[in-house]
Amino acid sequence: MKNFFLIFQKEFRSYFNSPIAFVVITIFLILSGYFFHGIFLNFSTISFQVATNAILARQNNQLNVTEMVVRPFFDIISMVMLIMLPMLTMRMFSEEKKSGTIELLLTYPVKDSEVILGKFAGCMGIFTIMVLLTVPCFILIGLFGEPELGVVLSGYVGLFCMGAAFISLGIFASSITENQIIAAVLSFASLLIFLMMGYSASFASESLGNVLKYLSFMPHMYNSFAKGVLDTEDIIYYVLFTLFCIFLNMRSLESKKWRG
Amino acid sequence: MIEVENLTKKYGNARGINDVTFTVEKGEILGFLGPNGAGKTTTMRIITCFMPATSGKARVAGFDVFEDSLEVRKRIGYLPESVPLYTDMQVPVYLEFVGGLKGVDRRDIKRRVGQIIDDCGLNAVTKKYIGELSKGYRQRVGLAQALINDPEVLILDEPTIGLDPKQIIEIRSLIKGLGGRRTVILSTHILPEVSMTCQRVIIINEGRLVAVDTPQNLTAQLQKSQQIIVRIGGPEKEVLSEVGKINNVSRVAIKENGTDGVNTYLVEFKKDSDGGKDIPPVIVRKNWALYEMRPIGMSLEDIFIKLVTEEKIH
Ligand SMILES: Nc1ncnc2c1ncn2[C@@H]1O[C@H](COP(=O)(O)OP(=O)(O)O)[C@@H](O)[C@H]1O
Ligand SMILES: [Mg+2]
Repeated sequence: MKNFFLIFQKEFRSYFNSPIAFVVITIFLILSGYFFHGIFLNFSTISFQVATNAILARQNNQLNVTEMVVRPFFDIISMVMLIMLPMLTMRMFSEEKKSGTIELLLTYPVKDSEVILGKFAGCMGIFTIMVLLTVPCFILIGLFGEPELGVVLSGYVGLFCMGAAFISLGIFASSITENQIIAAVLSFASLLIFLMMGYSASFASESLGNVLKYLSFMPHMYNSFAKGVLDTEDIIYYVLFTLFCIFLNMRSLESKKWRG
Repeated sequence: MIEVENLTKKYGNARGINDVTFTVEKGEILGFLGPNGAGKTTTMRIITCFMPATSGKARVAGFDVFEDSLEVRKRIGYLPESVPLYTDMQVPVYLEFVGGLKGVDRRDIKRRVGQIIDDCGLNAVTKKYIGELSKGYRQRVGLAQALINDPEVLILDEPTIGLDPKQIIEIRSLIKGLGGRRTVILSTHILPEVSMTCQRVIIINEGRLVAVDTPQNLTAQLQKSQQIIVRIGGPEKEVLSEVGKINNVSRVAIKENGTDGVNTYLVEFKKDSDGGKDIPPVIVRKNWALYEMRPIGMSLEDIFIKLVTEEKIH
């Protein structure tokens, strides 16, 4: 437990000694801010039209800030996460392999699991800061409308689960190569595959299609989280996904030892 | 303290080390000598649990490196060849981190880091990031991280490589001061280093153990014949024939031609004979002048080259 904490602390701090965290968080905020601006503007234009036009008002009696701003915004955040998180995770093991520091780290009396979980937690720490910086957007929405608090909260829970899954996959990718760029490309590509897998379900047989659909991120993203219902099935999906990546990561550290 | 039995490591089909066996006693400084690619790093990586052997056993303080890896790692301080350190950390922060991982008590860590910074001469760089340090200081930080938890066993892979002569002397004396309480394995491909710092030497070549002994014993054991240098003032031909007649002398040759008929000769005796004492009477009898007479021992360098080339022939 102490070792886990030490590694977590070191990884978390080291993000601030390099420009990576700063750049990633800034770009993340610029992108999500830009899209938020678009969504919000669109919503206010529609509201204005509805308010001034009686016919439209009758058609649009569903004008709802939760449906029209909060949900699409969570959608966008998760997409931006998918692009940015591989850049946070890419250096985790590949840098240690390249510089050779892994040789010292793995000869200290520390368990592989403590190393992996420490790094995972360090990355989750930065990710938490990054995601919490989007809270002002929801405060802004709150000033002009009345978003359902439950939807917002469960949306954040969803982002966390997704972030954990993306990060664990990214760290695993960085453990199988000593090249950071390859690690980033690898994790980005596999995240995309997991995202798109649901689409290919229609080409597969029904049983395989269902499996593909279940494995894909897509059905676990917005159906439930942003509806405001905490669907345990989706949480379980992400937890299993994360655990599986961590398991693969442990195997890859071990096999590195075997092959030398 | 360290027992290595029939250790073999193959990299795919490539040779790493082959059937290496040796032991290191508690408190001993062992030199691990061999040319580049001999298998020094490979052996050390197995002992430090960084990678497992293909076959064979290695034990540290009675714990198997594969089965009780954590116990072994608790007792070892390791300085890898490339001195890999986290360049984005400040020296004391880094040492605190490593100390924590290596089990130094949290309440004790500040004091311990201060002490190791003193011991390793790092006081001038406590404000610096490791990435800014010179090679010599990095080496010291590397040594400091190995020593932070006061380990029983210290494994140093080419600790003086890439340093300038002054730094080499400093690091060597630092290492020499570590012996006694600690068991040290020190690898190098620089020969004088071994006779300077180590009590016992292992010579390894192409993955195989070639010799294990003290530097002195190796020297004695391998001297097949004894050689003496003499500088004599006298007629060249006569000197060669007269000295050649002495009992036990197997060969006389001119080593260096001097001026005024004073030449330097190399005299070789058969093994274990003390023929040297018969040379001065001859010189006195012939009324020549004796300027110098000294035995030459085989240097570790000669032995090394001899062993390594002999090994190749087999
Ligand atoms: N990771 C590796 N993969 C393949 N071969 C290796 C690896 N590491 C070392 N070797 C080979 O094993 C032999 C011994 O290497 P090494 O232990 O590094 O020698 P030394 O440290 O004495 O210079 C060399 O022939 C080297 O090429
Ligand atoms: Mg080496």
